[in-house]
Order: sequence, then structure tokens, then C-alpha cells
Amino acid sequence: MSIDVVGVTKRFKSFTALDNVSLEIRSGELVALLGPSGSGKTTLLRIIAGLDWPDAGAVRFDGEDALDRSVRERNVGFVFQHYALFRHMSVFENVAFGLRVRRGADKLPEAAIRAKVNELLSLVQIDWLAERYPAQLSGGQRQRVALARALAISPRVLLLDEPFGALDAKVRKELRRWLRHLHEELPVTSVLVTHDQEEALELADRVVVMGRGKIEQVGTPADVYDDPATAFVHDFIGETIAFPGLARSGSLYLGDRALGLDAQGLGDGPARILARPHDVEIADPAASPFAGRVLAVRTFGPNRRADVEIANDGGPLVIEAAVPRDQSLDVGTKVGLKPHRYKVFAA
Amino acid sequence: MTASRLTLRHPSVIPGFGLTLGLTLTWLSLIVLLPLSALFIKTSEISFARFLTIVTSERTLHALQISFGLSLAAAAVNVVFGAIVVWVLVRYDFPLKRVVDALIDIPFALPTAVAGIALTALYAENGWIGSLLAPLGIQVSFTPLGILVALIFIGLPFVVRTVQPVLADLDAELEEAAASLGAVRSQTIWRVIVPSVWPALLTGFALAFARAVGEYGSVIFIAGNLPGISEIAPLLIVIRLEEFRYADATAIAVVMLLASFALLLVINRLQRWSELRGGKAS
Repeated sequence: MSIDVVGVTKRFKSFTALDNVSLEIRSGELVALLGPSGSGKTTLLRIIAGLDWPDAGAVRFDGEDALDRSVRERNVGFVFQHYALFRHMSVFENVAFGLRVRRGADKLPEAAIRAKVNELLSLVQIDWLAERYPAQLSGGQRQRVALARALAISPRVLLLDEPFGALDAKVRKELRRWLRHLHEELPVTSVLVTHDQEEALELADRVVVMGRGKIEQVGTPADVYDDPATAFVHDFIGETIAFPGLARSGSLYLGDRALGLDAQGLGDGPARILARPHDVEIADPAASPFAGRVLAVRTFGPNRRADVEIANDGGPLVIEAAVPRDQSLDVGTKVGLKPHRYKVFAA
Repeated sequence: MTASRLTLRHPSVIPGFGLTLGLTLTWLSLIVLLPLSALFIKTSEISFARFLTIVTSERTLHALQISFGLSLAAAAVNVVFGAIVVWVLVRYDFPLKRVVDALIDIPFALPTAVAGIALTALYAENGWIGSLLAPLGIQVSFTPLGILVALIFIGLPFVVRTVQPVLADLDAELEEAAASLGAVRSQTIWRVIVPSVWPALLTGFALAFARAVGEYGSVIFIAGNLPGISEIAPLLIVIRLEEFRYADATAIAVVMLLASFALLLVINRLQRWSELRGGKAS
């Protein structure tokens, strides 16, 4: 099912959680809403689910207005951050809940319920836990129960709120792959909320980067990493080295010195030159746009980082640059920093 | 061989097991067991045949029936309406909510005689409420119905105060989850909320019941105290004491004690069972 979000605005008292947000989600896609806390991503998910209503805007499922339908009628599977399992029910009954509450013509015979629940439990690989109670399960197992329960109503939209937030790193990685696999097996459109960029980039077909109630960028994981649309996205996703600069008629300057870098169409004014650490080469100071003294060198695992102090109008600026392992670098030497790929944004 | 020694003590990092258990037992003996055993000793002054005659006399049986029957009924009523009060207090915001919340505790603090007199005045045939009920042929004061009203009054805070924190802790996400799975409101209430607060409701029921069985002050004013109609067991005990028939009084007390203990034990087991099902203990 395709989901259209059109011009949605949501305020909580004076706080604007969503500011005129529009988003198209294609049928069968797995989309991640990625952003820091307070960016409005969970609010957007809840509005799509029907757990919250927007102050303005529209939500459409397959072109049909979804806002006049309650969460009960939208047929969406929702997986809560803290699972929200029913403590007093066994795993089996938790999963069966969505089938047991059906009424009238939709009511299923007991045998059909048992068959469906058993099928779901094997799908999420916890059929051996059917008689346990939620309190007797590990975090990862609870997550699987929550997912099986949400899938029991055969939803065409699956919404997951920080599904791996409460799990330890190893389980999280394992479940992530498994969820991706599951999404491919089912005829379902999935929307996932996360603040973990690694999770979003690894799992999603498309990533929606959100900041302060607005969508900053929508694109494939490669798009948002390699070609960030805004300085916010560049800062938020991956590591970023930020150089100062000044744009003047299509060129970049530091003070009066031309940097020899392209302003990328930025109008005159102060600029931020953003680059990934691995795109910044440590080079000859005379032939580099930026030069400075090495203050410290640190090595951890495969990474080496150098603090380089460069001159700036507002006082010296310390930049953490990546150093190739085979390059020797002594504290106190003067080095040049040469960004090969970079993006220029207004400061 | 220390391993085979019979011991109550399991190795534990929490110190002071011996000391605290000793204190607990001494304290319980002094405060609870000693007065109770005096009750049994006093009762043993009379023969078993005499004991049976006393406790199976029509007046005693009726008083016990009134006491236990109405206490159970009052506790049941309190569970239903107490749950509704809790729901309103926990889920909604309204003006003077704090005041309403404080009002709940009044039956705790009010001298029960005052409550009894106030209720009698209200429900008497010429009272505010009694005068409205009288044309319908309903008499409250000086009937078992009056006893029920008094027992409901004193039992309400027990249900409210036990269930309130549990419902407040209940995650609103549970209700959202139920709704997203297609449950209508009534299904959410009966299948999700009530089972979640069920152990607390049972505890509230047990406390309200225990309080009602032992209640004396408020009931004697409103009951009318007609033997065989509206006489409660605690009053019968006091009557026997005033007649200096101490053994008779303690005999009735022993029956009350054993019956209460048995009922509370059953409720306790029920509660433990429902908690186990809820997976609280594993």
C-alpha cells in the first residue's frame, strides 16, 4: 500500500513537532525515518498509524483519505518501542489477540486462529516459546513477539517505532538483517523510526532525514551519505570535517586568501565547507587550501586521527582529520589539509 | 557435616536474616498471636457441645450470615465503583481533582460512629435521601440495606488506594496496541485493562472485605440491630460481653476469625495465581 503524507503540521502547545511535512512512500518500500530526538519522526509515525491526528494536512493510503479512519480501521501493524506486550497473556495469546477481537463476519474459528498464530510464531522463529509469558522472555524474544502480534492482522502497512532501541548491539545487528529479510517475504510497506543512522542506512530502501519537525532530505542510503542536501544531513549522518570559509563571486576564501575551492553556487557570504574524513588528504602545506600544526595524533583500531590547528578569522580552529595508517605524522609538524570531495553550505 | 544440617537459612548476601526473622516472629506473637490465642483459651472453657450450640443457634448463624454476606457484597460493590473512581482519577484531568482525591480518604479518618450517625440521618425516612426513597418503598436505615451502605462507605478507600497506583503505572501504549490490533473500546477494557489490574482489584476486595467484617461503629447506628434481621456478629459479641457471657462472646469471635482467615487465604491464593499468570514472578 502506498502512503501519501501531504502538508502535515502537528503542534503540542507551543512546540511544533511537525511543520508542513510531505512525504510519498511507495508500495512495498522499507523507509526509515531518521533523526535526532525531538525531530518529529515518532510523531509522524503515530499520525500515519492513527494514534495521533495532525492539526493540518492529509494522510492517504492508496490515494484514499486515512484520517477519517481510526487506528482500529486502518489495518496497520504497529510495533511499539517498548513492545507493549500484554503481560497477563502467553506469547500465543498475545499474537492471537488481533484475531480474537474480530467480530461478526470476520470472526475466525478457533482452529484457524491456532493455525495462523503457529504460522506467525514459526515465521518469527519463536514457536517454542508459545506458552511462555512476556516477563519470561529476553528483549530480542519480546521484540519478535511484538512483531508477530502486529503481523497477525495481515497489515499492509507495518510501522516500527525504534524497534531495536532497547536491545544490545549484537542482538540488534542480528534482528536488523532478519527484519529486512522478513520485509522482503511479506507484501507489506514498512516505515521504521530510528535515531541510529547505521540501522537506517543498512536496512532501508530510502531514508528520510528529519530535523526540528521538517524533512531535510529523502533519498537512498547512498544519496544521503554521499550527497547530503543540507548541512544538517551532512553533520548528522556519518563523520564530518567542517572548514570555515567565505564565498565571494563563486570562489571560496579564508580571510583574503583564495582557497582554490569551488563555492558550488553558494551566494556571497560566510560558508561552511563540509567533507568526510576519508575525503580529506593530508598533503603538502604549500599546495593545500588549509594548513596548520599537528597538536595530537590518536590511534584506535583501524583509525588514526590527528588534531590539526588551522588559522581562522575568529581565532585558531582545531580540526580532527583522518590519517592513513601508513603515513607517519609527528606532533608539531605543519601539514596541509586538502578536501577532494566536499559540500559547501551557508554558515 | 554441615551440608546435611537442617536449616531454614539459605546462603545469601543480604545480612541480618536471623535478627529480622526473630524480631518479626516476636513482634507478630506479641501483637497478633497472643491476643488471638487468648481468644481460643477463653473459648476452651466451655465444652465442645456447648460451643456448637452457641455457634449454631439461629441468632448467631443469622448474625454471621449478615456480617459475611453483606461484607462480601459491600466489597464487590466497592470493587466495581472503586475501579470507576480510580479510572476517573488516573485518566482524566478536571478541576478540583486534588480535592476529590483527598475526599476518598475521609472514610479512613472519620470516626466510624460519626459516619454511622451521618448515614442514618441521611437515609432515615425523613432524611434527605431516605425521604426520596421512602415513596418507592425502599427503606435503608434500620435494615440490612443500611448495613450494606455503611460497609460500602468504609470500604471504598481500600479499593481506590490499592488500584490507583497500579492503573497509573499501566502503560497507555497497551491500549494503543490493543486498538491498533482492531480491538474496540470494550474489548480493550475487558481483555487488557481489567486483567492487568486484576491482582490489585483482588487485594482491594480483600482489604475492603476484612475491614467490613470487623466494622462495628458505623453499622450499629444505621442497622437498627434487630436480632435475626439486622444484627451483625460483632454487635452480638458485644451484647454477650455485656451479659458477662464471655465464653459465648469468644466462641462467636473464634468462628468469625476462622471464617475470615479462610476467606482471606483463598483471596490471597487467587491473587498469587493471577500474578503468576501475569508472569510477575518467574
